[in-house]
Amino acid sequence: MQLSRSQRLKGDEMRKNKIAPWPYLLIAPALITILTVVFFPVLNAIFMSFQSYDLRRPSQIHFTGLANYLSAVQDPLFWQALLKTVIWVGVGVGLQFVFGFMLALLLNRKFWGRGVVRSISLIPWVTPGVLIGLMWRWIYDGNYGVLNDVLTRLGLIKSNIPFLAQQSTAFPMVILTIVWQGIPFFALMLLAGLQGIPEELYDAANVDGANAFQRFFSITVPSLRNTIFVTTLLRIIWVANSVDVIFNLTEGGPAYATQTLSVYVFNKGNTLNLGYASTMAILLALSLAVVAVPYLKTLFKSQEESE
Amino acid sequence: MAQTQRGARRFRRTKRFLRALPGHILLAAMLVFLLFPFYWTFVTSIKPQKELYSSTVTYWPSALTFASYRKLFAEYNFIRPMLNSLLVASLTTVVSLTVSLLAAYAFSRFRFKGRKLFMTMFLTNNMFPTVLLLIPLFAIMRKIGILYTPSALILSYTTFTIPFSIWLLNGYLNDLPRSLEEAAMVDGANRAQAFMKIILPMLIPCVVATGAYVFMTAWNEYTFAVMFTNEANRTIPVALKNFIGQLGVEWGMLTAGGIVTIVPVCIMFFFAQRRLVEGLTAGAVKG
Repeated sequence: MQLSRSQRLKGDEMRKNKIAPWPYLLIAPALITILTVVFFPVLNAIFMSFQSYDLRRPSQIHFTGLANYLSAVQDPLFWQALLKTVIWVGVGVGLQFVFGFMLALLLNRKFWGRGVVRSISLIPWVTPGVLIGLMWRWIYDGNYGVLNDVLTRLGLIKSNIPFLAQQSTAFPMVILTIVWQGIPFFALMLLAGLQGIPEELYDAANVDGANAFQRFFSITVPSLRNTIFVTTLLRIIWVANSVDVIFNLTEGGPAYATQTLSVYVFNKGNTLNLGYASTMAILLALSLAVVAVPYLKTLFKSQEESE
Repeated sequence: MAQTQRGARRFRRTKRFLRALPGHILLAAMLVFLLFPFYWTFVTSIKPQKELYSSTVTYWPSALTFASYRKLFAEYNFIRPMLNSLLVASLTTVVSLTVSLLAAYAFSRFRFKGRKLFMTMFLTNNMFPTVLLLIPLFAIMRKIGILYTPSALILSYTTFTIPFSIWLLNGYLNDLPRSLEEAAMVDGANRAQAFMKIILPMLIPCVVATGAYVFMTAWNEYTFAVMFTNEANRTIPVALKNFIGQLGVEWGMLTAGGIVTIVPVCIMFFFAQRRLVEGLTAGAVKG
């Protein structure tokens, strides 16, 4: 029994007119918590970024204006970390998308045991980042690692490679790990989207004699446009912010080869130079706004449509 | 006659199987890639110490041993970080669910001034980099004296669990028609009674799924945990990471710890999976 649209709107209207305290009381606990642990700290970070705030010299905390921002602009490690972040996100999320889409298409077919296969293929997504870092660190190990053994047996390499210890291989290997982590999430979201495409669209295309490629590009991809957009933006934000995987694989090394901006901020925070770390965190947040703003816009649009 | 029919059917089935074969092979290859690390972690955890560091890599241990697990619990008292994680994750779940359920109900059932602004505030939360919050929170917690206590972790985890739970629960609630409570309210129940008697029982599976997700994220979290805990209250991820560097790397014990960590997560995930996936994908797919 659904109320008709007009009845429902009338109900809403009535609630709007008398200003009831109820909704405000209900959101108050969540709101107060978030203001205390998110918005206040963000303001605090902005404030700290204008200070020389080093906990190793707590007596010398003082206001320095834009000094931290000027040192960030002149810090070659900052620019390197920013470049690493762009590659990390671009290549990492790109490959997650391609392989996640592939997995979603493969799981969308009917076969025996599909439910189980679908569940177990999601496990990397719920694995702790620390464990991901450590598991792969052991796989990549230069002396006893299984990857070296497999490549040797296949005849692809003659002697062991210390994957994470040399500059040329460390970053690709770290990216491979984040791709492994992200494939299931893309597959999960895209699979849900695929199941929402009406079968008739494909039937109609078959009647018109479309081949598999034409069906894919003229039906599948356009139908999934929104899912692809939202999932990709969300994943970009997560991957750009992720610290635990890289930190547990390489801690940003060797010689900063795998140090993204998030990891750089984390390392600086560990050395207790909080003013400078805050400055770089704010710069990271500002660069992410490029992605976050369109994401939020889409979310709101879809929410208004569903109401 | 019957024989030729059966033959034709078998032929069709074989043909269908052959057409699906490349897909099956590709899927199998992807599954090997996705699952091999877990297999390798498990095998490592049950190998004898000297086999781990021998010149030939073995894909199944020559002799099974649970020595790494024994050492993990007996010598390194792994039960302590496990209890710490359990405490932090459970309390985070209870706090986040209570607070978020109330807020989600308000967003779903009332139209009020500032509703959109408040929803934006909660959604924007997920956009702030962890490291941006980490530093001021560290300074604040230190100042108010709760740094290195479980409260510090629980509070900092609500920064991402509350917005996320509100988003999920709001979606689930929007799927339950308002007429449900309105009928009860016509019959004389007040809003709170209608919520407790009608909505909450129907929402329980969704609350459980959301709770499972919150629990998993708190159980898995590392970045806040490493900065906000000390020896006494460190959680599992920090304990695992600390195995590296104490006495060189003890891979047997580390992988044993990994297996112990991930088993509860997997069990929870399998139970909550269906609802969780529904809730997660609803927003993106509807859009």
